[in-house]
Amino acid sequence: MQSNLIISAIVALVALAAGAVILPDWAMFLFAMALAKGLVCLGIVGMMRGGVVSFGQGLYYCLGAYTATLVANNFGISDIFLLTFLSALVCLLVGIAFGPLLSNYRGIFFAMLSLALSMVLYGSLSKMSFIGGTDGLNIAAPTFLGWAPEGRPLQAALYIYVVTISVIAGTLMRIYFDSERGLLTLATRDNELRVEYLGASVRNIMTYNYVFGAVLGGIGGTIAALALGHVDPEFAFWTTSGEFVFVAILAGYLSVPAVFVSAIILELVRSFSNLYFPNTWQLALGIFLLAVIIALPNGLGSLVRRWKGNKA
Amino acid sequence: MSTGVLEVRDVQKSFGAVTAAKDISVTVPEGAVYSLIGTNGAGKTTFVNMVTGYIKPDSGQINFRDRNIIGMAPRQITRMGIHRSFQIAQLCNELTVEENMLVADAIHGATGPSFLRNAHDKDARARAIATLERFNIAEHRDRLIPELSGGVKKLLDIAMAMAGDTQIMLLDEPTSGVAADEKFPIMDLVMDALRSAGVTVIFVEHDMDIVTRYSERVLAFYDGRIIADDAPDEVLSDSEVQRYVTGAPA
Repeated sequence: MQSNLIISAIVALVALAAGAVILPDWAMFLFAMALAKGLVCLGIVGMMRGGVVSFGQGLYYCLGAYTATLVANNFGISDIFLLTFLSALVCLLVGIAFGPLLSNYRGIFFAMLSLALSMVLYGSLSKMSFIGGTDGLNIAAPTFLGWAPEGRPLQAALYIYVVTISVIAGTLMRIYFDSERGLLTLATRDNELRVEYLGASVRNIMTYNYVFGAVLGGIGGTIAALALGHVDPEFAFWTTSGEFVFVAILAGYLSVPAVFVSAIILELVRSFSNLYFPNTWQLALGIFLLAVIIALPNGLGSLVRRWKGNKA
Repeated sequence: MSTGVLEVRDVQKSFGAVTAAKDISVTVPEGAVYSLIGTNGAGKTTFVNMVTGYIKPDSGQINFRDRNIIGMAPRQITRMGIHRSFQIAQLCNELTVEENMLVADAIHGATGPSFLRNAHDKDARARAIATLERFNIAEHRDRLIPELSGGVKKLLDIAMAMAGDTQIMLLDEPTSGVAADEKFPIMDLVMDALRSAGVTVIFVEHDMDIVTRYSERVLAFYDGRIIADDAPDEVLSDSEVQRYVTGAPA
């Protein structure tokens, strides 16, 4: 089972990485942004499996982006691996600080509390003129272990980097979802009382899911900042977090690839509807989400389960 | 100096003006089978909830192997060996019977639940199926919980509670919601499994035939107090028990 997963991951990596050769620049950028956001959404899906939805994942998306930018601008560090690691570390620590608090809440209270935290960051960053205020900050192009590509090679390297990170994160999360801890998360979503009376800590399960979501959010934010070359407080704004929830609902909690596919669909729908219906693209997006919720209440991922069920 | 695996001493519990437990004292010896009887609101479930950590008593002591367990969380008490089943079976409805059992198995595994070990690992599934077979419900392993009968749900609830190192099992109305003709077969299965594992059993029950047949000692509750604590025949022939609990003529 695990070897099938590894083979699937390698196939996905090779197939997606081939995009660096065949995709035009604009598509490579679009896919890189979609995958970066997909990482954030994967964290939300991890929490959804436990029965809670974070409406404030912009907190970690923004925190990761600002950490990378501030480290790059103030310490002259441009290596993408180091920047990603440092951002993930900061988000891990913040996640550990807030996780135990949030793990006491469920439903709308969890959603609103997570949203409140991200809006506190948004408000704070907007007022801090020494780090750009509402205008934000620029970040220079990253280097890759000393290699400093420019133009298309830079786009391609960044694209391959995000593809690799996404495949690794997706594989690790699949292993986690299928693990004993992953099953406990599903059991918690269903019946917390039973889980507690079997001897497991529901709070501990929820905290881990939140912390994993924080780290993934930070990595996604770092990659997005490096792809855009800019970061601003909008990264933590509620509409950004809402977009992540949109993708997570579209994907459902059953399949990991569905999360990235949904993130790509969102970016494509947004880009094309923005181009052809600049004033009504949100309407197109809303209709699309409604159609998915009605036709596939468990998200796009349920298609994979149906397909596997039919195959069996 | 303790003589029982579970000792409850002078326990009191009130919910506002309602007193749910008054001076409850009982010593349960290792391997014994106790039943708790009483009308609704007499304090039976409050007793179970206090022993399993769901409710904290206002005063008194509850000792498990000479260790006071008051104030501990339910999961800590479970980890010590005091397990319970519920009046309404507490199961995970979106999971199959086998997956429910795998949840219990994962929690009580030797190293605790793992982030890497697959929950549907061959060994774990074999253990889960062996337990389901012991409770005669293995044939339902691929079914979801809402598709099961009340009896199968009860058995699964108890089978899950049996996972790990169970030393005391509290069964809250194990035959409620079970068809009349299923009650004795279910109790036979459950009691055989518990006795063969040497588990001390305390069960809440309204059916006096079950109380007489399976318990060694009966605690009769009335108005938050224990009004009788003796062998089943003695308790059921007690005039106070007949007046306040069983309703039989004195």
